[in-house]
Amino acid sequence: MSEKPEKLIDKKGLRLDGRKPDELRPIKIEVGVLSNADGSAYIEHGKNKILAAAFGPREMHPKHLTLPDRMVLRCRYHMAPFSVQERKSPAPSRREIELSKVIREALEPAVFVEYYPRTGVDIFIEVLQADGGTRCASITAAALALADAGIPMRDLVAACAAGKVGDTVVLDLMDTEDKVGSADVPVAIMPNLNAVTLLQMDGILTFEEFERAVDLAIEGCKKIYAVQKEALKARYMAVKQEEEVEE
Amino acid sequence: MSSLITRVRLKQIENLIEKGKRLDGRGLGDYREIKIEQGIIEKAEGSARVLLGKTEVLVGVKIETGEPFPDTPNEGVLTVNAELVPLASPSFEAGPPDENSIELARVVDRGIRESKAIDAEKLVIEPGKKVFVVFVDIYVLNHDGNLIDAAALAAVAALRNTKMPNYEIENGEVKIKQGYTQLPMRAYPITVTLGKINGKLIVDPWLEEEEAIDSRISLAINDEGNICAIQKGGVGYFTPQQILEAARIAKEKATALRKKLDW
Repeated sequence: MSEKPEKLIDKKGLRLDGRKPDELRPIKIEVGVLSNADGSAYIEHGKNKILAAAFGPREMHPKHLTLPDRMVLRCRYHMAPFSVQERKSPAPSRREIELSKVIREALEPAVFVEYYPRTGVDIFIEVLQADGGTRCASITAAALALADAGIPMRDLVAACAAGKVGDTVVLDLMDTEDKVGSADVPVAIMPNLNAVTLLQMDGILTFEEFERAVDLAIEGCKKIYAVQKEALKARYMAVKQEEEVEE
Repeated sequence: MSSLITRVRLKQIENLIEKGKRLDGRGLGDYREIKIEQGIIEKAEGSARVLLGKTEVLVGVKIETGEPFPDTPNEGVLTVNAELVPLASPSFEAGPPDENSIELARVVDRGIRESKAIDAEKLVIEPGKKVFVVFVDIYVLNHDGNLIDAAALAAVAALRNTKMPNYEIENGEVKIKQGYTQLPMRAYPITVTLGKINGKLIVDPWLEEEEAIDSRISLAINDEGNICAIQKGGVGYFTPQQILEAARIAKEKATALRKKLDW
């Protein structure tokens, strides 16, 4: 366990890692990193390192889970045993099962599930290193994996948390801020549709603080969306260049 | 948790809500009738049964001694578990908890934990070594929609009804003495769930409405009217305006319910 810091926000209004209250951690995204998956993405969001892969649309196993009028989206969020300070048992915890569900529900509004009846799409998320905000970074990466797999989507999904540390509402909490802070509000949006697809909260916020946190998180999501688009473009510019060389 | 609902029924629900009405005659912002009974399981340290319309949830609280978590040596432990008992609905199956029951337990847990409802520091017997562990077991007995609100209400009602065993320490051993004291509580969170159908928000969706809504949002509201936990569920979305509207309605409903229950 790391020591409890004295002050989460210093006199200049800067945070533990020197960020301003409304500043994101550095984000790096790469699309198409796994050759065996139909679509994949790797994200580094601060110290978070996460891989996401999408498989499908494909035949579902077990078969009785198929639906006659739509595809079934399944999602597994999993943390590597070495991803956190104290080794995490590789067996799925209750937290991971809940997060798998909310991540699936955050992505599903963006997918045209009715285009592929009687099929399934599986999303696998592996958190290789965790530093607060893994569910949001996972959604950001998984949406790109779905897009990379060529699954028709209404929009991408970008996610980011806001929260409260001390008396300040801040964007994108890292691990220590999440643990010591007084509230955490993870949000996922479809940026072009102005639609919130994931919203959770723990901690105590007044109505006004909550409103501010949601606004801040949405602003953060929009910035992440810009990075997502760049990563997708980079991937397909590379594919295009390869093809040109072959010709 | 869905079974199939006919398109005719779906259309009927949607048309009514468009006019501000609901199948069971309620307005969009009305709860079903709420009945709470406390102390119905004598062997449990605390218990409560909540009827929310036909939804029925029983919560039993058991208290045992155990070790605190290493990062909170000066606090007792809260554990919330939910069982979707197969006799409560044709859609429930026996076996290990599925994602629905885990989500239900964790949403109720978050409401209690984040509002600091239990005065956990008073549950310490020996710091870092021995504390009281509060087990909150949610038993869904009949599923007619909105399990989250019913379970959250039953859990807090059961905790309000919970008696802790008196004890003394003899040669480093905990000896249970005669008599009981009330479980120390600091807050009584109330959770309000809203569903979204065709862009309209409805309070306390019942089973058929749950099949029709594309998403739901649950907000736990503490004694001061602040928000202490939120969970969005379902495969749809909310606009930012709808979220703020839901938060406003939840606060209003929780305040009214708190007054009615005299919590």
